[in-house]
Amino acid sequence: MNARILALHGGLLALLLALHFLLPVYHHGNLARIMVLACYAIGYNLLFGYTGLLSLGHAMFFAAGMYGMGMPLYHLGLGAELAFLAGIAAAGGLALVVGLLALRTVGVAFMIVTLMFSQAFYLAILLAVRWTRGDEGLVLAGADRVLFGLDLTDPDIRYLLALGLFALCLSAALWLVRRPFGRVLVAIRENPERAELLGYDIFRHKLAAVVLSGLFSGAAGAAYGLMFGYVGASFAEVHFSIFPLLWVLLGGAGTVIGPFFGVLFMFYLIDISSGLTPAYMLVAGVALVLLTLFAPQGLVGEVRRRWLRWLP
Amino acid sequence: MEFGPYLMLAALEGAVTAAVLALMAAGLSLVFGVMRVVNVAHGEFYMLGAVLAFVVAGMAGGGALGFVAALVAVPLIVGALAVAADVTVLKRVGYDPERTIVATIGILYILQQVTLMGYGPDARPVAAPFNQRIALPWVEWGAGGPSLYWPWGLSITSYKLFVIGAAVVVLAGLWVLMTRTRIGLVMRATQLDRETAQAFGIPVERVYALVFGLGAGLAALAGVLIVPIQQAHYLMGGDALLLSFIVVIIGGLGSLPGTLIAALLIGLSDGILSVFFSPTLAKIVATLLVALVLVFRPQGLMGKAPR
Repeated sequence: MNARILALHGGLLALLLALHFLLPVYHHGNLARIMVLACYAIGYNLLFGYTGLLSLGHAMFFAAGMYGMGMPLYHLGLGAELAFLAGIAAAGGLALVVGLLALRTVGVAFMIVTLMFSQAFYLAILLAVRWTRGDEGLVLAGADRVLFGLDLTDPDIRYLLALGLFALCLSAALWLVRRPFGRVLVAIRENPERAELLGYDIFRHKLAAVVLSGLFSGAAGAAYGLMFGYVGASFAEVHFSIFPLLWVLLGGAGTVIGPFFGVLFMFYLIDISSGLTPAYMLVAGVALVLLTLFAPQGLVGEVRRRWLRWLP
Repeated sequence: MEFGPYLMLAALEGAVTAAVLALMAAGLSLVFGVMRVVNVAHGEFYMLGAVLAFVVAGMAGGGALGFVAALVAVPLIVGALAVAADVTVLKRVGYDPERTIVATIGILYILQQVTLMGYGPDARPVAAPFNQRIALPWVEWGAGGPSLYWPWGLSITSYKLFVIGAAVVVLAGLWVLMTRTRIGLVMRATQLDRETAQAFGIPVERVYALVFGLGAGLAALAGVLIVPIQQAHYLMGGDALLLSFIVVIIGGLGSLPGTLIAALLIGLSDGILSVFFSPTLAKIVATLLVALVLVFRPQGLMGKAPR
């Protein structure tokens, strides 16, 4: 692997580790959340940025990870380690089923089909009040949130585990997109007919991308529920499918570190603007419109276009 | 009440839903058909129609006069707003299907939040200009042959009949506009082949702005018509958008007659389905059905397969 690519991504992780000792409590907590959400964004980017498939229903994978983790933990008393794996497996399974169906469509129809499936998933969570407690959601007890003897209610451990998960997702994504598999995904994005003509099985590659993306999103969802102790239906709403799209567009679709900067920027944009006005959705809306108009490539995408052509 | 009159009541309520839905879906279908873009903010134009109806009716002094003022002015205001959105945003992203979806999601958030800030979180009604209850008869086969009687509870208001009538008139007008006028011809030419239309001197961008405004105006009109029955609320656009998506997809994207038939189908079955299932379950079933229709029959029930 290229030395400067390694240096850049390793440097980002080292910086985040250093910030653990430097940041004040408030921003320390924020950054832990941002890193977990960045894993979700990385998963979304794999599908949207690299494969060119725009899904409007990713919240269902995030929520599947969250509920797949939370419900066994809450109802069956499963250990946090197994529950975490169950969450990832639930998201992967759902992604496989959704992928098999939705990938029969392309373009606008794909967006609407994923949107509809996600909406049905959200309504199903509301319907199964007995197990999911509907709108209220499940609050996980602190005593259950112990992963390999590490107490997740402790902010320091939470930060370091979030960093660990983020490091894992970032390196997995970097590894994936630099392998031949990742190159084929980009080929499918750029010109599906030509990729097919070259002998690649497009459907299988797309399906693999959907499942991988679902696994990343599910891991983020399970980790988010475990770390912050709450599993709620609001994470399955349409808004939560729009957010990763926004983050990835903002950070730079089709770049490995872009999603992290997208989440970081958006998180603080909403954090600061909600201090000034309660209308943070207005900020999100204006950001979306301005982005499509002026920076279709996003922050990191713009950096890559101007200065760093080698950015993966 | 017996089953027969009950079903008729459900069907009548369903027809009102279908009328409003048909207006809204016709707008969405028109925009998709001519411009080939999906307008996610369509539900917000409907919401805006309802909310502005409350505002305009209030300014015109309420009563029947206020309602008429709203009926005339609101679709024009919302249409003009949509034209402005088209010229400032959609035109500049080049009507790229995916970027348009992202941009209209942004417009959705902006409209919703601005309405929340200006109008508040309350649901507010507008008085209907006329609202007589009309009892309906039911036929009974007794010993002495068929006879009419008026079952208790089987009735409709004159306003609901007016909504159905208004929708029929507007949709007929739209059909005449599309098939019998020069503007309709220009729109259909643009729909068939954008480049060729432009080569023949059709100002395609102006046609797009007009179509986008017309589509939004239809949604706003549906919003004005529904306010006396349902109250105006800043979140009412979401469900309406989902339903009209369902209608447009089942009817076949871009096909007006298909949209109309699907609106009747969905409106009537919505009234009847929610009698038998819980509303959430009914919504899940409907949503999954639509997704599966798109997966296995992407051209819709009435649409033509793409060439």
